[in-house]
Amino acid sequence: MNYRTRARIRKAVDKVALAVSVAVLLAPCLFVFFWMVSLSLKYDIDNTAWPPVFWPEEVTFDNFAKVFDESPMFLYFWNSVQVTGSATLVALILGVPAGYGIAKARAHKMAAVLLLSRMTPGLSYLIPLFTLFQLLGLIGSVWPIALTHMVITLPIVVWIMIGFFETQPHELEEAARIDGASLWQAFYYVALPLARPGIVVGAILAFISSWNNFIFGAVFAGRTTRTMPVAVYNMLTFESFAWGPLAAAAIVVMLPVIILTIIIQKEIVQGLSAGGVK
Amino acid sequence: MAGAEATIAAGRRAAGERRLRPYLWFIWPALIVSSALIIFPWIFTIWMSLNDWHIGSKQVFVGLDNYLNLLTNRRFLESIGHTIYFTVLAVALPMVLGTMAALVFHKKFRGRGFFRTLFIMPMMATPVAVALVWTMMFHPQLGVLNYLLTVVGLPPSQWVYSTTTVIPSLVLVEIWLWTPFVMIIVLGGLASLPTEPYEAALIDDATQWQMFWNITYPLVLPFLVVALIMRTIDALKVFETIWAICNGGPGTASEVLNIYLYAQAFAYNQVGTASAVVMVFFAIIVALSLVLLWARQKAKWS
Repeated sequence: MNYRTRARIRKAVDKVALAVSVAVLLAPCLFVFFWMVSLSLKYDIDNTAWPPVFWPEEVTFDNFAKVFDESPMFLYFWNSVQVTGSATLVALILGVPAGYGIAKARAHKMAAVLLLSRMTPGLSYLIPLFTLFQLLGLIGSVWPIALTHMVITLPIVVWIMIGFFETQPHELEEAARIDGASLWQAFYYVALPLARPGIVVGAILAFISSWNNFIFGAVFAGRTTRTMPVAVYNMLTFESFAWGPLAAAAIVVMLPVIILTIIIQKEIVQGLSAGGVK
Repeated sequence: MAGAEATIAAGRRAAGERRLRPYLWFIWPALIVSSALIIFPWIFTIWMSLNDWHIGSKQVFVGLDNYLNLLTNRRFLESIGHTIYFTVLAVALPMVLGTMAALVFHKKFRGRGFFRTLFIMPMMATPVAVALVWTMMFHPQLGVLNYLLTVVGLPPSQWVYSTTTVIPSLVLVEIWLWTPFVMIIVLGGLASLPTEPYEAALIDDATQWQMFWNITYPLVLPFLVVALIMRTIDALKVFETIWAICNGGPGTASEVLNIYLYAQAFAYNQVGTASAVVMVFFAIIVALSLVLLWARQKAKWS
């Protein structure tokens, strides 16, 4: 065997090894999603069969219909949209300028506050805030939930924006400053439009984390103010054995996040890996 | 010369302040809102941890009694044990798997972006919904996991229904959810690596393993430490998945600190005890983070 064929064989072996490792990594990850979809599309009789039915002979959408018939899913969806939407919006209004200020002034000690907020267990905010909201009679509307969700969304937006503004070239703003623009004008008319991709990533990541959050809603939500994750959790306790509707509900909850993830998949990897280093 | 050095340092500090001051107006609003959200709860928690207050009854100042009671509270001490057991597994395994995944996804191949997106899906999915699906998979009689075990010839497991297997089973869910997070951080590290050392190593006929151990590993170490810190904090704080899957059970076999805290606060309404638990919990997290940050500094220097 000469050198060339040996190199070719080695290359082929490498290729197969790579394909196998990608498959091994993805299999468990995809299987859970596959099983969720499978459960949601099967009749109960197939879902409780042994051995389990992987590919149903008959597909049904009854489970999804059941989710929407038996619980006010649209109300919960609207609650989630209100909570997550307002928490994300306010986080952007406060967090984008803050990220800009911290990045430009290189005030990294202020960024340490963000790490502190990540370290604090969410429950530790909940006991005092729950007591406070109860005193103020705020329990029972979606706004206290939205307010607590700021604890999640604000650090994410600031974190992503610091990373983004630090890599942004500052010559344009300086030129604007020389032309007589104020600091605020330089930010608003020059830096902000350039930062649009970063803002989109920050907004979507904040949206996803807030949408997925369960515990704040679980503590604060009343019957009509449940967010989606809380609503789905409540289905578990009442219909332990109705696996089809449960899986369908799980899909309904995570569908918006999955779609958003696909939209910004490239930026998620960049945004998160850049943010992690500092 | 110390005086001159001090002047320079002071000058530097003044320059730093000059740089910072105009930008403070950008930072204030966020700082005020977050302080309001953070400081009030902290003052409340510290004060309440010194009081005996069961919601609905009278509040009594008891000094450090809550803390002293925790010291001898078996359920609390056990919950610390469960937290440590869970955290060690839920940090170590995603770290190893996530690093391996990052090494794989760092290689260039067709469809890499697509496969990488599939791989990060778990960390974006709603944890409570994911927990529901795992609950159904864990079912000892009808769950698909036991079927898969029998297919490969292994005996079925009780998964989250037995006190001995519940924590490892919950760790499985945690691995599934958070391995992508480690992968993303390490991938960022790999992307920042210079190519020269590898070229030199190739000329020297180094093996793949030698290149990994002598070049990649030391250069990526700071990123690994960041992933380690984040993962440790998150694993200590685990709540949603355990709560949704088995509620801290069977019995109290998987009752980690956060679950114990929730029970004290919202099931038994013991605000005083719960506040003391928060303080202890936070002290543990800060202490561990400091140790890890110190390790990070060391990793940077060596």
